[in-house]
Amino acid sequence: MSEGVDEGLRSELQKQGVWVTSMQELYNWGRKNSIWPLQFGLACCAIEMIATAASRYDLARFGGEVFRPSPRQADLMIVAGTVTKKMAPQVVRLYNQMPDPKYVIAMGACAISGGPFKQGYNVLKGIDRYIPVDVYIPGCPPRPEALLHAFMELQRKIDEQKLTGAGKAEFLKPQQPSEFPVPAFGAHDLQPPSNPDVFRPPHLERA
Amino acid sequence: MSARLEGELLEVSMGPQHPSTHGVFRMNVALDGEIVVKLKPVFGYLHRNHEQIGERTSYLGTMPYTDRLDYFNSMSNNWGYALAVEKLAGVEVPERAQYLRVILAELSRLQNHASLLGFLLSDMGAWGTPLMYAFREREKVLDLFESLAGSRMMCDYMRFGGCRVDADAAWMERAKKIVYDFPRFLDEFEELILENEIVIARTQHVGRVSAELAISAGITGPMLRASGVNYDLRKVDGYGFYPRFKFRIPLGEHGDTYDRLMMRVLEMRESIDILKQAFEAITPGPITNPKVKVRGFRPPAGECYGRIEGPKGELGFYLISDGTGTPYRYHVRAPSFINLTILEDMCLGHTVADVMVILGSIDIVMGEVDR
Repeated sequence: MSEGVDEGLRSELQKQGVWVTSMQELYNWGRKNSIWPLQFGLACCAIEMIATAASRYDLARFGGEVFRPSPRQADLMIVAGTVTKKMAPQVVRLYNQMPDPKYVIAMGACAISGGPFKQGYNVLKGIDRYIPVDVYIPGCPPRPEALLHAFMELQRKIDEQKLTGAGKAEFLKPQQPSEFPVPAFGAHDLQPPSNPDVFRPPHLERA
Repeated sequence: MSARLEGELLEVSMGPQHPSTHGVFRMNVALDGEIVVKLKPVFGYLHRNHEQIGERTSYLGTMPYTDRLDYFNSMSNNWGYALAVEKLAGVEVPERAQYLRVILAELSRLQNHASLLGFLLSDMGAWGTPLMYAFREREKVLDLFESLAGSRMMCDYMRFGGCRVDADAAWMERAKKIVYDFPRFLDEFEELILENEIVIARTQHVGRVSAELAISAGITGPMLRASGVNYDLRKVDGYGFYPRFKFRIPLGEHGDTYDRLMMRVLEMRESIDILKQAFEAITPGPITNPKVKVRGFRPPAGECYGRIEGPKGELGFYLISDGTGTPYRYHVRAPSFINLTILEDMCLGHTVADVMVILGSIDIVMGEVDR
């Protein structure tokens, strides 16, 4: 939590009416309570995403109601629905257009693994083969409460990110390569077309 | 001085990520200034192989996939598919199940039309507020679905020759209360929105469809009736128990966006009438046909086409059976897809801002368009 501020001293000062915090805590507090999601729905889960933002569930309570239609203004991409092979390059392109720090929630069975449509020839078997995912929500579609839970988990993750030191957050180290290469939108399709570190097709021995 | 500046056309690609395309739909629009001179729709961003999967799974196994066709109306989709299979195998449906089907299909029509109004007004720039009101009502109906079928959106409720679970008296009371309270929302909404000057300016004489064009393009549902064609499968086919109910078919006059908008409001009022009659008429009894073996269902060889009046139009399921446990051919006639085919005819000559309103008034769901 607060690096460098002694808890005892802090509570002692609070009794005197002085509130002490660290830069990291203040910065993360601001970031986690003003996450702007990308207004981007793919399929059925998008309707539950809208329901989460609408009157009953009210994502605004968590500071996430500012759905931005432009990826340039968004912090969070909620991959809500089935990603098809035709749509995958656009999803990756939108992800690449988002400014750092950026986070991804894979919402629903389809975004995680292809879900009920996994056997289809046109369905991507999980968006995490192309972009790094922070929170997964199972369900078909997940309830709005599940999306709220995922949102809170993401807030917790943001809160724990460090700004300095060896264990500082990934987005603060521009030189360091990411977990796996996020493909770019090339002349025809994604470059590189697949990430062998993330997914290697099983070798099938046919008799 | 009537010299007109001639310039190049501006080509704009709208979508697939666009806040108002109702999913992943793309339009390649050629603009002369602000005016649309060409519009080419691009489909397939949500093609999920529905028909191919349907040809590989059992007859019952396709039922949950039909939920995900038009994900606003899983109940109506279930009914359409069950109707096709029942027609194929000649299955009788008990009385209570028929009434339950009518109740659930009309409830899903209510929530579909309510959310459509919210989305359409969002497209017009009333960002947020009408959608919030619409979703407040939608959540009430979804609560009913959830307590009956176990899921808010993907109900998977109908079975061949009946329904999956019975509705108890408490559920009926709750449903009655929601339906009887629904006109209050409609009155409020009409007062708030439908006489609004901006709504009228944005919708009247925008995107007109003549009755001839609508018929020749195969348009069905509220969009066809907005052009003044009296065609509703609930009256024409009289499937289910619809002939037992008294209700009117609202008709439009001009076929413009305003008529299509009003059509939804009037249809909701008729749905409420049907629901009130159904609550009175429903009697206790079995909800499944004991002769039907739902698991491992094997209809005799043959073909059939079952259709219902879904909230978006004629939803048809075409099945060819070869006597085995999986259909030989399975095809879905998706109303949103066919209603979308005349998008270019509707948009030509209008500004690019009107394209979004016209598209919103068609009421498409990409899960059904691309399947």
